[in-house]
Amino acid sequence: MNLSQQETFLAVLGAVALLSAVATGLGQWAVHQTTDSARLARLGVLNSRVRASWSVLAVFTIAFALGPVALLVVFALASFFALREFVSLTPIKSSDHWALVLAFYLVIPAQYVLLGFGRASVFATFIPVYVFLLLPVVVAIRQDNERFLERIAKVQWGLMISVYCISHAPAIATLPIRGYEGRGPLLLLFFLLVLFMTDVLQILFSAALGGRALKSNPNKTAYGVLAGSACGALVGTGLWWMTPFTWWQALVMSLVIVGTGYLGSVVLAAVKQSLGARQWDTEFELTRGVLERLDALTFAAPLFWQITRYFWVIRADV
Amino acid sequence: MWLTRLLVGAYPRWIGSAPTAAQRIYFGNHTSHMDTVVLWAALPEELRSNTRPVAAKDYWDRPGIRGAIARDELNVVMVDRSREDPNADPLEPLRDALEHGFSLIIFPEGTRSAQPLPGPFKSGLYHLASEFPQVELIPVYIENLHRSMPKGALLPVPIISTVRFGAVMSLAPGEDKDAFLERARAAVIRLAS
Repeated sequence: MNLSQQETFLAVLGAVALLSAVATGLGQWAVHQTTDSARLARLGVLNSRVRASWSVLAVFTIAFALGPVALLVVFALASFFALREFVSLTPIKSSDHWALVLAFYLVIPAQYVLLGFGRASVFATFIPVYVFLLLPVVVAIRQDNERFLERIAKVQWGLMISVYCISHAPAIATLPIRGYEGRGPLLLLFFLLVLFMTDVLQILFSAALGGRALKSNPNKTAYGVLAGSACGALVGTGLWWMTPFTWWQALVMSLVIVGTGYLGSVVLAAVKQSLGARQWDTEFELTRGVLERLDALTFAAPLFWQITRYFWVIRADV
Repeated sequence: MWLTRLLVGAYPRWIGSAPTAAQRIYFGNHTSHMDTVVLWAALPEELRSNTRPVAAKDYWDRPGIRGAIARDELNVVMVDRSREDPNADPLEPLRDALEHGFSLIIFPEGTRSAQPLPGPFKSGLYHLASEFPQVELIPVYIENLHRSMPKGALLPVPIISTVRFGAVMSLAPGEDKDAFLERARAAVIRLAS
């Protein structure tokens, strides 16, 4: 591969755009072919995912053209909208107000600034250690101790999922991997592509193979998830040339992404239910429904980052 | 405007009525300073220029950014809550705006409440309804906003709030004041569930 990063990136984005266009066409065609209501519902979801991919594609292209800072801003906004959604569903008392103000106006910017300055060790401990200790202090000072642990836990969970976990996605682009300098965004694109393709393939296979719907996600069936995951991992393997991995390493890492992504969506479905939500916002408008779209990413991103960092950055330097 | 949307969403949901250019009085629950801006922001753009929020003079009519927002952006109708002059009718500026064809946004509780569900309504809504029977009355329920900015808070917590618009209602012939105000309040509460 003698393509420059720029050329590779454009080629991949072009391919994805083409794929989305084909999928849009196929989706519209398929809606007219079937009358089975369950399949129609799944197709509807699939078509909305494909539509979402267009907007994600647009955002990504712009962010890439503008450089790494734009990438951070895009993901910081995603964190903001995800946290806003989380807080909207969480019952909060007025004495938690300061904790939430801190979460929105201090923690989100701080986390992404730390990432921007490349302080990986602080970045990875800021929310789980420092914020984790700071938040209960802010709330305890108000001396309103009713259901204290529960309230604190919800704010902390919101921050972990929406800020800490999501911020690991742009962190993938900043990993200093030897022999892969300046190509970080490609690795991020690889990561996002595997996640997105797996999601779409799972819905596709669920619609095609049928079966009983999963409890955690009415749009997917067990067979669909298995087949979709397998194909998603194969897609990732096929993309090995844009990563620092060899083909079998790409296969293993794709399996990591697919597996943790699936677990992430199961856990977030449980969180959603325990918050008593009817559903996350299903309307995807870039600013809403962010948690629903990023559920798999929340688990996959930190793990992918940690594993890649351990084996390709830390171990490689020894 | 865009800041409001970013912070609290302000997503409109038209349940019993549609956004039309008819002259209207929107009345809703009042839980936060941002209610006025949020309800206004939830209206379609072409209706906004013709819709004026009603707000307390003692809070909004001040120099600085608050007054600037109220006058220039929202085109607020100021109401005097203080009643310094016992003969002055505080509803006079509202009548004036209605006669000029503007739609109004009012919060008939008269003050912010800590609960999401509204308390008893003041009689102003009744007087306006009987004097302007041709104006459509639209109940509005603003969801979630009381959690974003509780009384006394300085900074709003970002949250997704929904503004629900209910079905058109009007004063029934011969309906007395208390019955009407209770019915109006119930219409807002019904939108909450």
